[in-house]
Amino acid sequence: MTTTSPAQPVLSMTGISKRFGAVQALKDIDFDVRPGEVVALVGDNGAGKSTLVKAIAGVYQPDEGHVTFDGANVTISSPAEAQRLGIATVFQDLALCDNLDVVANLFLGSEVTSTGMLDEVAMEKESWRLLRELSAKIPSVRIPIASLSGGQRQTVAIARSLLGRPKVVMLDEPTAALGVAQTAEVLNLVERLRENGLGVILISHNMSDVMAVADRVVVLRLGRNNGEFRVAETTSQEIIAAITGATTNAVSERAARRDAVPAAHLTDDQDHATQEHQ
Amino acid sequence: MSTPPTTTDPTMAIPADRQDERFLADEGLAGWVKGSISRLRSGDLGSLPVVIGLILIWGVFFVLNDAFLSSRNLVNLTLQMVPTGTIAIGVVLVLLLGEIDLSVGSVSGLSGAVLAVGFVNHGWTSGMAVGLALLVGVAIGVIYGLLFNRYGVPSFVITLAGLLAVLGLQIKVLGKDGTINLAFTSDIVQFASQKFVPDAVAYALVLLAVGAAILAKLAQGRRRAAAGLSAVPPSVVLVRTGLLGLILLLAVYILGRDRGVSYMVLTFIALVVLTDLLVRRTRWGRSVMAVGGNVEAARRAGINVKRIYLTVFALSSFFAALGGIFAAARLASVSQSSGGADTNLNAIAAAVIGGTSLFGGRGSAYSALLGILVIQSISNGLGLLSLDTSYRFMVTGGVLLLAVIIDSLSRRSRAAHGRA
Repeated sequence: MTTTSPAQPVLSMTGISKRFGAVQALKDIDFDVRPGEVVALVGDNGAGKSTLVKAIAGVYQPDEGHVTFDGANVTISSPAEAQRLGIATVFQDLALCDNLDVVANLFLGSEVTSTGMLDEVAMEKESWRLLRELSAKIPSVRIPIASLSGGQRQTVAIARSLLGRPKVVMLDEPTAALGVAQTAEVLNLVERLRENGLGVILISHNMSDVMAVADRVVVLRLGRNNGEFRVAETTSQEIIAAITGATTNAVSERAARRDAVPAAHLTDDQDHATQEHQ
Repeated sequence: MSTPPTTTDPTMAIPADRQDERFLADEGLAGWVKGSISRLRSGDLGSLPVVIGLILIWGVFFVLNDAFLSSRNLVNLTLQMVPTGTIAIGVVLVLLLGEIDLSVGSVSGLSGAVLAVGFVNHGWTSGMAVGLALLVGVAIGVIYGLLFNRYGVPSFVITLAGLLAVLGLQIKVLGKDGTINLAFTSDIVQFASQKFVPDAVAYALVLLAVGAAILAKLAQGRRRAAAGLSAVPPSVVLVRTGLLGLILLLAVYILGRDRGVSYMVLTFIALVVLTDLLVRRTRWGRSVMAVGGNVEAARRAGINVKRIYLTVFALSSFFAALGGIFAAARLASVSQSSGGADTNLNAIAAAVIGGTSLFGGRGSAYSALLGILVIQSISNGLGLLSLDTSYRFMVTGGVLLLAVIIDSLSRRSRAAHGRA
């Protein structure tokens, strides 16, 4: 596992709070990500993940707290402002146009033109450069998105987020609804982003994905920080305990019960436990 | 992905878009033919059904009455198709967004009325009358766009309300007379049915257009090669564009044996080509396709979705108004029934028959041309057989149904072949 680089955080949030009427969605949250680091943001439903993600993406403005980006104090006032700073977000519904081809989707809203007309050659060339950089497996960039697999669509969505040369990429549940091979493909992609020196924020419910690619795991529970783990020094048991808020909980109890039964077929009970957690 | 280890760097030899071994590229002329056939088989029909339909329709009418394919009748056909065809260009744009404009007929009627009242009753110049008529059309489209953006009412309802309101406006503008005739000698009427492009100029235009298309495609191919991408081989470019050029030359020759190509027809074709370029080659057109495919994706990509809706509704009404002017000019009269009856449905049917999907994001400006050719051929052919409008409506309805069925079937097939 890659050790966390000693570099300064590219994005750092301290004391973030957000209220919706009577509901305290986030309370005093600290969160940071360094260049070349994959930080997983985990938490149960209602833990405040989405609110924090939207605060980072500029959809919501926190009521309190400081945000520094690249060492400077900033206010992420809108999604456009987030993009301008260099924070790219790939939302769960990838927001691709099925009827358009890969090139058109990659450059949607920021098409390259020359003398008023679309410069398809320049865009296609840049598309291939980008996809090669990600070692992406797309057979042709001139086929409609509709004919791509789920993993390939995710790849296109991630590649599109890289067009603006961001410093931080936030991926919301990138492997949800993907098959085994496609999940592996996306995880490779996440590692590729890290190798390219980007800060990656990975929101995921899937503990095995988190353990596979993340350097650090930040756990939210009921709108508060509930632990931060280095993946190299922890187990998914510990993380699940932090997510659910107890060392003894329904998930770990089941696992313990199974451990007690000397059964040969339970070789990977840890995976069973995480899957039941989902 | 690992490229197989070879002695030379494969990235230098193979174009960037041909390196994936899973991508089955068809090379050369034979490959192009093969690729085209496999695309058709998978349901990516393009304009093939319309072209086949057109050949069938022409064949049947020719057998029933050989005057149908006479130069004289074909010139008439080109003149008849222009008004509704022009309206259909606007309908194509609205359909690309996945919206609909049901009021194009009324708008064309109102525009004709404004033209006639201004030109005949108030003695305006033709330029002023045409300009105001077009302005009225654009204004109506802008109102639709604003209503749509502001209140999110389905375009179906907005334009249905518009259909009635604009029809009322048309009757009001025409006043007590109800019918206004344009002088036969006026430049508007002359332009629509009396002025024809000299044969030599028509041939020159075709050759010029084909030459320009070939040069542009070859230049594009060189740019792609320079960028390390695969290029369409020159042989394919020459054959494809050359075939199109031959068809156009043949058309000019046949029409030229009678009166030739009218300036109004030339204007219509130029508008179709221009709209096609606008849709395929500009940022605006790309945005239209994106909004038609997935509004939310377009919005998140930073496209000003409201601006796209506004401009498309405005353009749709603009083309409707222009169609109304052409209709008034061709018939040399405007009445309360101008733009009424089947104008609306014919324009929408033309766009759909031509292959523009009702569901948005798929289609081309050329479907207005192809679709209106089909509809007008039926109408014209049945007219030659002295059959009344009852048959015309039934046959056109049948063809429209067939077109929509083909659209649905090919969509299903595209989905099955992963080309949806």
